[in-house]
Amino acid sequence: MHSTGYVIRFIVMITAVAALILAVMATGFKERHDRNEALFNKRAILSAVEGPLGQDVDNLSDEEIQQIFDQQVEQTVLNMDGEEAAMSVIESRGYKGVKAEHIDMAKEKKRPEQQRLRPLFIFNQDGEKYYIVSVRGSGLWDEIWGNVALEDDFETIAGVSFDHKAETPGLGAEIKDNPAFPAQFVGKKIYDRDGDYTAVKVVKGGARDDWNEVDGISGATITADGVEEMLYRGIGYYRPYFNKVKDN
Amino acid sequence: MAETTTVQEPKVKQKVEIFGKKERRLITDPLNDNNPITVQVLGICSALAVTTLVFPSLVMTVAVIFVLAFSNLITSLLRKGIPKQVRMIVQLVIIATLVTVVELTLKAFNFDVYKKLSVFIGLIITNCIIMGRLEAFAMANKPWKSFLDGVGNALGYGAILLIVAFFREVFGKGTLFAGTGIEMKIIGPAADYWIDTTQSAMFAWYAPNNLMVLPAAAMFIIGILIWIQRGYNRKLVDIS
Repeated sequence: MHSTGYVIRFIVMITAVAALILAVMATGFKERHDRNEALFNKRAILSAVEGPLGQDVDNLSDEEIQQIFDQQVEQTVLNMDGEEAAMSVIESRGYKGVKAEHIDMAKEKKRPEQQRLRPLFIFNQDGEKYYIVSVRGSGLWDEIWGNVALEDDFETIAGVSFDHKAETPGLGAEIKDNPAFPAQFVGKKIYDRDGDYTAVKVVKGGARDDWNEVDGISGATITADGVEEMLYRGIGYYRPYFNKVKDN
Repeated sequence: MAETTTVQEPKVKQKVEIFGKKERRLITDPLNDNNPITVQVLGICSALAVTTLVFPSLVMTVAVIFVLAFSNLITSLLRKGIPKQVRMIVQLVIIATLVTVVELTLKAFNFDVYKKLSVFIGLIITNCIIMGRLEAFAMANKPWKSFLDGVGNALGYGAILLIVAFFREVFGKGTLFAGTGIEMKIIGPAADYWIDTTQSAMFAWYAPNNLMVLPAAAMFIIGILIWIQRGYNRKLVDIS
């Protein structure tokens, strides 16, 4: 049996060694981690405009993604009134930068609704503009999020990409894993025929109206409902901005 | 004089032997007779969770080999110094540190796999095979043997993982090695699959089995593996 003093010394020592190793590794890899994370997000954003881009972003190299992003994407940070957010407000959030790509949607979600910042990416291809908005909501187990590209009529969806934290593989995770699910959204309208804002409805048992409905996923009703709610609320946040651009 | 040499000789021999019979058994035993999954029925949780595709299972196997071999080695090196009262906590610190090392490395060098596996990599910490080997073996054996025991058990775990993943991926998704550069499309309703079910008259009835994608399928496959293994290896059958 060891003495209590020895036990304490041993524990302190081993904890210190473990902490040192991990701290050195985490700091050493930080640059790589940040770069990977940023590229991952850019890839997700660009995969919403795969259609206009004409390429599968999964097959593009990191350098190509960076290049497309630098050359074809404009970034704006909006506030909840649909105006460009003041620089001081963005800086006060303490992100790694002040561009839209630096906005952390998960952190923004924790703020009161009126104070949230919204990233907006404007993708230029062949003279056309596509407005990519970021949305975030809740699935069955945890958060789900995505990027929605709208054509410059601010009504027609040009493409979407979804991701999730912990949806069930084969069921809820199909929103990301099955390319057929996001593909359904292309060409859908976010207003119904009467011009009321509805976003896109994810319908259990199959879409009945081609205008603004897509098929749900069997066995993943709650995730599908989460997607619908996320789109309705998330795209809705950008409507003040869309209306302003349309009025001009 | 003659007596002392005969006593000493085997002692020296035992120390020098790096891959003797005993050491080889440490690697081969867990592959069959003492498999952590099918015989000891440990580590089932992760075996159900990661085995939907072969590639993540492979990464998981490599990660577990690394974590188990080195946590066994470190624990064994420290075994005389570890106070008995807090040994579990100390083992846990060692395991958690190694798992975080794996996680940080993956995040830096293979971000896609990190994204796919991050939850499960973290869960290696709770994999009972690792804690089990530290308690049962590394605390009472020399470092080299413990290292081999770690490699052996992780291989035994990985072998089952890969077998299960193979069946789940082929019958659940119709592909093999999806997510890597050498993805093979085996059976499915499109022209780029090896067997195109829309064209082939023989396989027109075939549809991918969605059950295979669910964790329950892994349970069935592991059950069948245990059944087969006990069918030919009578030693394992509990005759009572």
